Amino acid sequence: MLLLGSTVLASAGGTLRVGMTASDIPLTTGQTDNGGEGMRFLGYTAYDSLIEWDLTASDKPSTIIPGLATSWTVDATDKTKWTFKLRPGVKFHDGSAFNADTVVWNFEKLLNKDAAQFDPRQSAQGRSRIPAVASYKVIDPLTVEIVTKTPDATLPYQLAWIMMSSPANWEKQGKSWDNYAKSPSGTGPWKIVSFVPREKAEMVPNPDYWDKTRVPKLDKLVVVPLPEPSARVAALRSGQVDWIENPAPDTVPSLKSAGFKIVTNAYPHNWTWHLSRVEGSPWNDVRVRKAANLAVDREGMKELLSGLMIPAEGFMPPGHQWFGKPTFKLKYDPEAAKKLLAEAGFSPSKPLETKILISPSGSGHMLPLPMNEFVQQNLAEVGIKVSFEVVEWNTLINIWRAGAKHESSKGATGMNYTYFIQDPFTGFMRHLQCNLAPPAGTNWGYYCDPAMDKLFDEVRTTFDPAAQQKTLEKIHEKYVDEALFLMVTHDVNARAMSAKVKGFVQAQNWFQNFSSITMD
Amino acid sequence: MLSYVLKRMLLILPVALGVSVVCFLLVHLSPGDPLTAILPTDASAETQAEMRKLYGFDQPLPVQFVLWLGRVLTGDLGISIATGRPVAAEVGRAVVNSVILAAAATLIGFFFGSLFGFVAGYFRNSWIDKLASFLAVIGVSVPHYWLGMVLVIIFSVQFNLLPATGGGPNGSSDTRSLDWEYLRFLILPAVTMSVIPMGIIARTLRALVAEILSQEFVQGLTAKGLLDRGVFAHVVKNAAPTAFAVMGLQLGYLLGGSILIETVFAWPGTGFLLNTAIFQRDLPLLQGTILVLAMFFVVLNLVVDVAQAAVDPRVKRS
Repeated sequence: MLLLGSTVLASAGGTLRVGMTASDIPLTTGQTDNGGEGMRFLGYTAYDSLIEWDLTASDKPSTIIPGLATSWTVDATDKTKWTFKLRPGVKFHDGSAFNADTVVWNFEKLLNKDAAQFDPRQSAQGRSRIPAVASYKVIDPLTVEIVTKTPDATLPYQLAWIMMSSPANWEKQGKSWDNYAKSPSGTGPWKIVSFVPREKAEMVPNPDYWDKTRVPKLDKLVVVPLPEPSARVAALRSGQVDWIENPAPDTVPSLKSAGFKIVTNAYPHNWTWHLSRVEGSPWNDVRVRKAANLAVDREGMKELLSGLMIPAEGFMPPGHQWFGKPTFKLKYDPEAAKKLLAEAGFSPSKPLETKILISPSGSGHMLPLPMNEFVQQNLAEVGIKVSFEVVEWNTLINIWRAGAKHESSKGATGMNYTYFIQDPFTGFMRHLQCNLAPPAGTNWGYYCDPAMDKLFDEVRTTFDPAAQQKTLEKIHEKYVDEALFLMVTHDVNARAMSAKVKGFVQAQNWFQNFSSITMD
Repeated sequence: MLSYVLKRMLLILPVALGVSVVCFLLVHLSPGDPLTAILPTDASAETQAEMRKLYGFDQPLPVQFVLWLGRVLTGDLGISIATGRPVAAEVGRAVVNSVILAAAATLIGFFFGSLFGFVAGYFRNSWIDKLASFLAVIGVSVPHYWLGMVLVIIFSVQFNLLPATGGGPNGSSDTRSLDWEYLRFLILPAVTMSVIPMGIIARTLRALVAEILSQEFVQGLTAKGLLDRGVFAHVVKNAAPTAFAVMGLQLGYLLGGSILIETVFAWPGTGFLLNTAIFQRDLPLLQGTILVLAMFFVVLNLVVDVAQAAVDPRVKRS
């Protein structure tokens, strides 16, 4: 009777059809491709990780919470040794049990090239997410030990990337990941039931999901790749889909007047100019960096984007838990900017001339050309004359990896890049840690400050969350007070949806929870 | 006739080889790393190198070409980098969708194109001619993606009569059928696409019909008292070879799909696939799709030439 009741409840919500910006269905084997969107729609829906993001609140930045692991501790004497207690009674969609063996099997899937289940495609997506992991082993059926290369308190954030696929299903599918992709099995709140390449994937609720508060209320969730922005809007307006990702800002007023909801929220995203700190770069002078940050009229840009942005007050969005109390305020003050530039020897009549790399498109880049031109004009008004080197998005990624000293950077002293800044590593360390300069990492600008490195070390070796939080605040204060980037804006993760969509709570996160949604 | 056909078929071989070299090289010469689009942006150098090896991009270009050509000759177009699925299957499914769209656009375009062309040619300089010519010029010159968007705004957004995007209800083109649920997805892209052959055929046929009508043999036939219907038959017979050639080429273009139209309507055909492959830097998919499309043109040219030769013996002699 209870089962019947839950089935009735579970099938009362209708079908939600989502138009994604991806041009294909992301990988369905567990570790997805297509970046944050892949994880959002086919990662955290059908799969779980040991540690997850709390996606249930919209009014505060997301934090990590227990997922398939109920708790984790680090050895008091050896800070590289972690013990994870696993959630009992969890089953994969195929009915097999989740346990310590399956966790180890999943690490082997990504990290051990000699393992039968090693999947190069999933490995390419997942391995770089867990750089700290050195080894792992089963302690008992519900306990796993993970050893890190060096003490690293950011391990829980890294593990939030790693999706647990079903070993039993892999065996059943003839040990073929291609077959597995067609009949996937995770432990997540949704089951992927059908999948037409490049056209759609359909999911139905998993009524046996271990977190009863997250058993989906919809009958079905359908995701459709619609990479062309106008096609997404047309599909929404004609009722073919109920929800689209990333509507173009200029379509927002007409969508609103036609009765569609535009849902936005802050999330860990940053639209910046990453500044070069190699010898000869004008950005080595803090007065120039501060002047540029004071010259940008962020409220003016907000109008340009139909309100779909949060003006930067720092590297993290305002209100973020790591924001701290920086003393330098990112306000629009062209006079103060001119004064600082004059001290550095420049003025509108004797401008500083420099070149910035930009791309006409790119993941999370919002409307890069008009936005960059806007910044260019703002800077010109105070005495920084910027020329652009426009390159295609994939080329920009390669230049970003190669570094500001590489010839592919063509002598540019900055790069317009947007950042996923959800955890301490992606948010802070990878940009500015000395030993992560190319080719070892993506510190494109070759910034190196022993004091900053010391703070990064402190984050890695501080296992008390409250103390770690304090260090992260100090890092952010240093980012802002020394104006280490040209911090312009944050995207608001806009999505447009039909008025029929009810119950969606937009978390301040790249990933979202679809379990609470119903359709009228 | 047989020796002509054989000769034409033999000529395909060097053309096909040339096409495959160009396909392979052009795609490789384009900027961008095929693995950049699929790897996390901060994937380590080691991961990048491993993936490069997995897809054979670590080999010298000539070696890559020989290996690729060897596989192509056995019908294996490789594995899509973005999806991990066989390119041949991806292209095969897209070709079916493009053929359906091209067939629908052809029917509409050829019907109205021929109608406009004959009417305009027969009644040249009349208002019917002017109207038909105007429509034909519009058909050739209007930006088709723009027309597609206008049709979407009118028929999908304003009146909600037809779907704006996709190849069927929620995608699902694998189970395509002839019922209304599927056909309604075809109408807007097919109409948009049909204006291209419609305009070209109308313009060509108008000129042709006008020229035939002005020739002496038509005047002779009329003088002999042949009825209009009989004269019309002669005109059709004389116009047919050229019409065939134009139609064949147009069919080739349509089968190739239109990147813009298929992208505007998210129609899952070869044009949409090409757009996706370019966007994702999916080299095997791009090469496979271009090769298949190029071979379409080669084979269609052959068919058109043979058809023309069958209808008009002068073609063979020349």
